[in-house]
This record gives sequence, structure tokens and C-alpha cells, in this order.
Amino acid sequence: MAALVVLLLALAATGGLYAAFAPADEAKADDAAQSLAIEEGKRLYDVGCSSCHGAGGQGSSDGPSLVGVGAAAVDFQVGTGRMPMQQPGPQAPDKPAVYTQAEIDQLAAYIASLGPGPAQPNPSAYDPAEGNAAEGGELFRTNCSQCHNFTGQGGALTHGKEAPGLDDVDPRYIYEALLTGPQNMPSFPDSTLPEEQKQDIIAFLQEVNTSESENPGGFTLGGFGPVSEGLFAFTFGIGALIAVTVWVGARTAKARKS
Amino acid sequence: MSTTTDAPKTRGKAGPGERLADWTDGRLGLYTLAKANMRKIFPDHWSFLLGEICLYSFTILILTGTYLTLFFVPSMAEIEYDGPYVPMQGVMMTEAYASTLDISFEVRGGLLVRQIHHWAALIFVVGLLFHMFRVFFTGAFRKPRELNWLFGWTLLILAIFTGLTGYSLPDDLLSGTGIRFMEGAILATPVIGTYLQMFLFGGEFPGHDIIPRFFVIHVLLLPGIMLGLVAAHLILVVYHKHTQYAGPGKTNTNVVGMPFLPVYMAKAGGFFFLVFGVITAIAATVTINPVWVLGPYRPDQVSTNAQPDWYLGFSEGLVRLMPGWEWVLPGGYTLNLGLMIPLGVFPGMLVLIGLYPFFESWVTKDRREHHIAERPRNSPTRTGFGVAWLTAYVVSLIAGGNDVWAVNFNLSINAITWFCRVGFFVLPVLAFIATRRICLGLQRRDMEKVLHGRETGIIKRLPHGEFVEVHEPLPPERLYTLVAHDQQKPAELGPETDENGVRRKISPLERLRVRISRGYFGEHAQIPKPTAEEYRAITSGEGHH
Repeated sequence: MAALVVLLLALAATGGLYAAFAPADEAKADDAAQSLAIEEGKRLYDVGCSSCHGAGGQGSSDGPSLVGVGAAAVDFQVGTGRMPMQQPGPQAPDKPAVYTQAEIDQLAAYIASLGPGPAQPNPSAYDPAEGNAAEGGELFRTNCSQCHNFTGQGGALTHGKEAPGLDDVDPRYIYEALLTGPQNMPSFPDSTLPEEQKQDIIAFLQEVNTSESENPGGFTLGGFGPVSEGLFAFTFGIGALIAVTVWVGARTAKARKS
Repeated sequence: MSTTTDAPKTRGKAGPGERLADWTDGRLGLYTLAKANMRKIFPDHWSFLLGEICLYSFTILILTGTYLTLFFVPSMAEIEYDGPYVPMQGVMMTEAYASTLDISFEVRGGLLVRQIHHWAALIFVVGLLFHMFRVFFTGAFRKPRELNWLFGWTLLILAIFTGLTGYSLPDDLLSGTGIRFMEGAILATPVIGTYLQMFLFGGEFPGHDIIPRFFVIHVLLLPGIMLGLVAAHLILVVYHKHTQYAGPGKTNTNVVGMPFLPVYMAKAGGFFFLVFGVITAIAATVTINPVWVLGPYRPDQVSTNAQPDWYLGFSEGLVRLMPGWEWVLPGGYTLNLGLMIPLGVFPGMLVLIGLYPFFESWVTKDRREHHIAERPRNSPTRTGFGVAWLTAYVVSLIAGGNDVWAVNFNLSINAITWFCRVGFFVLPVLAFIATRRICLGLQRRDMEKVLHGRETGIIKRLPHGEFVEVHEPLPPERLYTLVAHDQQKPAELGPETDENGVRRKISPLERLRVRISRGYFGEHAQIPKPTAEEYRAITSGEGHH
């Protein structure tokens, strides 16, 4: 009996000591940081977002539910300044971001905790150097140009909505937009448009649609095609020529005095 | 050469130039031709040079177009691109598109020439419109120039279609969409639509025939006809002599200006190079139709902001502002009213402006020749009609670019479309009324200037304290210019009964004509110009105002 009591005490002591001295494991620390981020994110959410999206992200008559939209959607919408929305309108336009990247990550963590959704992508996923611009061009013209124009200059949708211009958009946001389908855009999850194809599209846009892209023809007039070209011909083109006609018309031979 | 000549050698041997001239004269009748035309007089005014802009851009189009045909391959055979433009490498495309890329990136000067060609095309048609409206608003289409008006009008129509076929040749995604649009328009033609489409495309869309066919139409058929018409147009200008604006010494029977040789030869030659220079400067600095970023045409792809070049923009606009109505006849035959109606209005608008001279001469029954260009204000109703037509035209142009306006000015595309739908009917009426009133106001101002002189801005105080503004009489040549136009009397129906008291038969058409004529020349349609008596009565009483 005594032996049994000693054994039990020894076991309890070892277990207790192990529990007391064992190093706290990584997962536990991460969890703590994660729950901290979620907590901070909830605090930001309550102040900045809940008036439209509801106290628990369940949505209201003024804004959609955010359950299951994922961290990628938050990173895109808040990172490009679209959210929080400045005023009601046909759609939320991009503007300077209101939150810092750290705050955006906290918001994203909170929204991700509401339900499973696409996570923020790794930088390698949207690296334009990984993609093939020619393939991307074909994909872009098949899937994107109906709304965003051949070269991503943007285009009009119904009732004041628009597909925004894509010039100089950070590849990360293009990737996230494809992944989550913000506002009027359809989403292109990896099952319809695999990661490599998204990279191809990003590579194409980097090639033809940034402020550094080469324009062999000179000024692009906004890249809107015949409308801006016609307007140019109607203003500068004929304007310059009429100035020339007036100049030529005003200069004439003088009658010789005899 | 051992030829023997029996020509008298009284004045010694002629110089080489004279001998060459003699040789040519003996075969071409050069001297008679030169004698008749070298001293041909052309009046001086900048607005008379608008037609020259067209002539020179047409010349530039032929020159640059010839260069482009050396490298363009009008074929729809598919190949894989392996040229220097990275974003297209490995893409399947037609030879037409690939050769356009080669012209842009590999042919020396190719891109510049392509851009000159395309800019010159846009400016050519802008010039045609400006030239046409100069002629319209100054009444220069009146007898004897009605036929030349029609020649010019036909040139405009042909220019539009030459432009359409040229725009389509590179077979890029934009122009292919344009061809697809055209195919839809053809298919919407009742009864013959499908047959016509099969005939033109040689099968189902897109087939392999349309680019080679458009190529022949674009480089041979239409420019050939246009060249002939341009020649006829110019011959008629020489035959009719040029119109001139009213002024001292300028009458309906003379032309005051400078002789063709040497003055106009130098001016026109220099002007050609100026036009070429301006267009080249534009082409060297401003991109037009960057086909390399648009991608090759594939029927499964399409882009937003897809418009035709501006000269077809108004037909595009008419289609865009038309609601997409269709009507299924019993028996399952669909009438596509959404396309049929606008594509009927499109030629209708052109025909309206083309036939206007005949309408006006029917209204005026004026059989005289007119060689003095009128000032637009002195023909308020005609000017009103012209501005109304232009308003409808511009509204449809705006409708044609509704998506581009919407995205650039943050407007709703639906709102723009509705504005254009209403505006197409309402704005021309408002423009007509406003223009006519402005013209009448300007006529009143002219009358005031003739009778009371120019306002000097000098305020004079009279001995009894009254302030008056000093008016300075116009110099006689200005006075003449302001009253030189003639004012038509409105047509009259005549007495209801003839000399025997029997009711005269007056056709309803004649009644209509009289009513229109009253609208043109009645008391509310023109301000009677001051007469010499009025002028004397007012100017004799010195000190009055």
C-alpha cells in the first residue's frame, strides 16, 4: 500500500514538474497572437465597419455579410481604400487606404475567424516574373477585356458602376481581386483559373499596362481607342490645320506698284 | 540624230526648254491648256482652303497606303507569331495581323507610315465635313454647283466606307469586332440579309475571305472611284470658277483673287507640305490604333470601349441609343428593329444633307446662278437646318462613345443613353430655333452698324447735360459688304381666282412650298436690310443718334 502511495506521489510530482517546466510550444504562442489579432481586429471592425456590415459581420440592409469572404477579400477591399466606403454610391471606388497594413491584417484575421474563405496569397503567387505575358494576354482577352478593355483601361458598367482601370495596380491586389471577385466582378477561384494563369494575366498587365510600359507609337491618349483618337482629330488635328489655313490665307502676293 | 528640219531659222536656235515645250505642245496641246488655266483666278480666304486639306490628306493617304501595301499580307491564314513583340510571341494569329505587327516593329519607318496613314484618314474625313459645312453654310451649293455638291457628298460616303474597310484590314480584336458588327447589320436586313452575308463573307462568319476582299475594295476599288470623283470635282471647280465673299469690286460675274500661276501654285504647293508636316508631326508623337496591344481577332473574345473610327461613330451611336426591340412575325420570322431602324436612319441622315440643295432650289424656285458666298447669318433658316443636322449628328456621336464618356466622367451609361435618346429628337429643334434667332440678331446688328455706325466707346456729354455715345460711320467698303446680299421675297400663292372669277387650282404641294418659303424668307425669317433712303435719312441729321 505504501509502495503504491509512493508511486502515485512520484508520478504526480513528475507530471506536475513536467507541466511546470516544459517549454510553451509554438502553436500555443501563435494561437495567442492570432487571438490577439482577432481581438484587435474585432475592435477595429466594431468602430469602422459594423455600422453597415452588422455587429458580428452578418451584414445588414446597408452592407453584405462578411462571413466566409476570407482574409484576401479584406486585404483587397481595405488595402485599396475601397472600404470603408466614403459615401453610398453605385460602387466603392478606390482611394488612399485608411488603415495601416498591420491594422488591415488584424481586420482580415477577424473576418477570417467568422468563416472559412480565401487567405491572403503568398508573394510568390502573384510574381509577374513567373508568368507568361502572351498566354496572359489571351486569358485577359477571353475573361477580362469585356469589362476592363483590351489593355485594362477600364470600362463602364450599368448605372454608374464601372470596371476600374488596371494601370499600375499592385499585382497582389489583382491576384486578390481575381480570387475574391470584389463588388461587380465575378470571382475566378483556382478551380476555374489556376494560380499559374493568374500569374500569366498579371505578367501581361505588367507588360502592357503600367506607367513604365513601352508605347512605341507615342502618346496613348488614354488608350481608349477610336473615341479619343476621333476627338483628337477633331480638336488638335483639324485645329492645327485650320491655324495653318488661316496663316496661308492671310499671306498673299502684293500687287506690284507700277 | 540625223533628222532634217526645214523650219525657218530666222531667230536663231531656240533654248532647250522652249524646244521641249514645243515638242510637248505639238503632242498634247499644252499651250492652249496653259493659256486657259495658268491665269485662272482663285479668291483668297482661309475657308476656301478646307477642301485643299482634304485633297492633300487624300494624296498623303495614297502615298503612305502604297508603302503599306508593300508589306501587308491580306490573308486570313493562321500562323504563330515569332516576331520581336514579346506579349504576342507564340500567339496564333492571321497573316494580316502578323504582317501589321511586322510593319509596326520590323519594317523601317513602318510604324510612322502606318500612323501617318491612319491619322491622315481621320483628318481627311474631318476635313471633308468641315469643307462640306463651309459650302453648306455659305450657300455655295446653289446653282450652278449642285452637281459638284453631289460629287463631294459621294466622296464623303466613299471615304467613310474606304475608312471602314481599311480599319478592318489588320484583323485585330477591335477591327474584327467592327466586322462582326457589320455582319450583324447585314443580317438584320429583311429578306436578303442572310444571303447578302453569305455572299460577302463567302460562308459563315468570319471565314477566310473577308480580309482579302476588303483589301481589294480598300486599295483598288474605292480609291479608284474616289480618284475619278476628285478629278471631276476639281474640273468642275475650275469650270464653275470659285465662289467669293461679297466685297467691293466682287460681283456675281467676276472672280477677284490671285492667278493660279505663279501665286496659287506656290501657295498650294507650300500648303501641301504644311498639311503633310502637321499630319506627320501628329503621327510621330501620338499613337493611333495600337493594334499590338489589342490582340488578334477571335470571335469568342470582345472588349469594352470598342468603337469604329469617328466617321462611323454616329452610326454606332444610333444603334446604341435605339432600344433593342425585335418583332417576331407570325411564321417565326424575326425583325430586328434594334438594328434595322438605326441603320435606316444612318443613310437617311446622309441622304438628307446630300439632297438639301435640291430641296432649297425647289423652295426658292431660284434659277439664277450664284457665285457670291453668303454669310450664314443672312440665310437664317438654312443655317438653322445645318446646325440642327449637326446637333443630331453630334448627339449620335456622343451616344456612340457612351461607355467612354461614362467611365471618364463618372457618369451613368444609362443616363447618357437616355439623354441621347431624348436629345436626338429635342436638341436639333432647340438648336434650329436658337440658331435662327442668333442669325436674326446678327442681321439686326449689321443693320444697326450700317445705319448708326460702329460703337466707339467714347461717351460725350452734350451742353444740356445729356450723355451720348459717339458712333463712328463705317467706311464705304464695309457698308457695301454688309448690304451686298440679296434678300429673297417669300413665294406667294397668287389670287384665289383667275381673271374670269373661276377658282384657280393650286396643288397641295405648291401650298406647302409657299408655306416653307414664308418660313425661309417671311417677315419673321429675315430682317429687311437698310435701304439707301434710310441711310441718308439717318446720316443727314448730324448730331442725332
